[in-house]
Amino acid sequence: MEPFLIRALAAGLGLALVSAPLGCFVVWNRMAYFGETIAQASLIGIALGLLLKLDLTLAVLAVAIATAGLLILLGRQKILPLDSILGIVAHAALAIGVIATTLVKGVSVDLMGYLFGDILAVSTDDLWWVYCGGAVVLAALWWIWRPLLALAVHEELAAAEGVNRERTKAIFILLLAITVAVAMKVIGILLIVAFLIMPAAAARVFARTPEQMAILAAVIAAVGVCLGLVLSFKIDVPGGPAIVVVLATAALGAIGFAGGSRQRA
Amino acid sequence: MQRPADRSTELHDCGHDHVPASGHHHHALDYPTMRPFETDALLAARGVTLSRDGRTILDHIDIDIGAGEIVTLIGPNGAGKTTLVRVLLGLMQPDQGEIRRMPGLRIGYAPQRFDLAPSIPMTVERFLEADIRSKTDSIGAALVEVGASRVRHSQLTHLSGGELQRVVLARALMRNPQLLVLDEPVRGVDYAGEAELYTLIGRLRNERGLGVLLVSHDLHVVMAQSDRVICVNRHVCCSGVPETVARSPEYVRLFGPEAARALGLYSHHHDHTHDLAGAPRPASDPAPSQSKAT
Repeated sequence: MEPFLIRALAAGLGLALVSAPLGCFVVWNRMAYFGETIAQASLIGIALGLLLKLDLTLAVLAVAIATAGLLILLGRQKILPLDSILGIVAHAALAIGVIATTLVKGVSVDLMGYLFGDILAVSTDDLWWVYCGGAVVLAALWWIWRPLLALAVHEELAAAEGVNRERTKAIFILLLAITVAVAMKVIGILLIVAFLIMPAAAARVFARTPEQMAILAAVIAAVGVCLGLVLSFKIDVPGGPAIVVVLATAALGAIGFAGGSRQRA
Repeated sequence: MQRPADRSTELHDCGHDHVPASGHHHHALDYPTMRPFETDALLAARGVTLSRDGRTILDHIDIDIGAGEIVTLIGPNGAGKTTLVRVLLGLMQPDQGEIRRMPGLRIGYAPQRFDLAPSIPMTVERFLEADIRSKTDSIGAALVEVGASRVRHSQLTHLSGGELQRVVLARALMRNPQLLVLDEPVRGVDYAGEAELYTLIGRLRNERGLGVLLVSHDLHVVMAQSDRVICVNRHVCCSGVPETVARSPEYVRLFGPEAARALGLYSHHHDHTHDLAGAPRPASDPAPSQSKAT
């Protein structure tokens, strides 16, 4: 197998393992658009990183965290619902990001590469980021699993049982930001949330416990990465979008299956 | 379990309408000095006051819950009952006042609404698997206790309202609490289920000596089981044993004579001497002979 294909597979599988369980919480906490907003804002991070000659992953991480903070602050106002706030911030961030990348002099910025990822061009350095960042995220998620799940099930009850709400939520948002930052080069800014929620959505139909759902989502994500890369290689289509199409088919197929079996029941 | 000495026969009746007008300080007049904390209470609050957006939600509320005692918090919708519970549980900070919990107090809490997001797959068994993993089948025991063994392997989202209430109660019991806090535990439960649930709560109190704080807007069965009823409408309107409260004009004004008659029907089986037609008495009228309707 070609080395670039092995790197692509390694990056995709590593990301699948991390983003699937995290994506379950994104689904459970109805945070898909929250994640999308953070992801879109990371284009500003890329532009800043290029302008200031910083490490791109770290620059994206910083902007992702700042965006999450901004969203939490804006979520406290009571004039507009949260989805409108997210819509405003997400698209403002994308527009500012696109403008900012045009300000970068000297190098021509591969905007498409950042927006949709270039999994077949993943470097060894990127792999290090995926695996080190991924290990941190998985370890932290393991550590906060119980309180985070308790909050998703019933926030008041969890708090009454002694869960530290603010700290647990802050850690979760930090993990989301790290995942966005390390996934950015592999899957692309605009497809990260698909990678988070599609495997979880497909797994929901067949799981009976939260843990089953997380594990099943990881398996579905891994299979999706393999099938997507095969598709990409055989018929020469971009890798990230191919994976997302496979995962979307799995998610919608599973939901259709569940709807069909409910009607028969 | 010996019931604690009844210290709940006082009747505080405000004796006038409580328009939520700003700046009325009658409680400062009622209690020139704040009642001291009772040393044997599991949970006690003094002078709890809370405002949000310029609206007073809780106004100088005092409450005590002792071991083996069932305290029922009643009040119309919007009276601040759930807010008070959240303050007592430590989920919200009051603007003024003090909460005291017995050191190391374990609280089992069953919230009013339990709407699990359908996106979370969750069996009853997994839901009950809290921090405790003992070798004995504590999940099975808790489900037997609340009479919900049948649903052990069901999905939480497939349960009926009554089954869900029992499962949430089982989870609260699995923490081996000294105090149970049940916010509207009979919401969405039919009459037979309601009576059964109250029998269970009474048994838990008798067998384990639990303190119980019940929140309700619906009265007749609750009141019969309670050691003390606290009628709340932003402030404590009246408190005492069930029949004292039911006779209080403040209570009749809040709930209407219908509610007083409903209680009358129930306690009729226990006590034939009371006229509960709901005729208001002056606030200064001393409470007549009180009997527990248990």
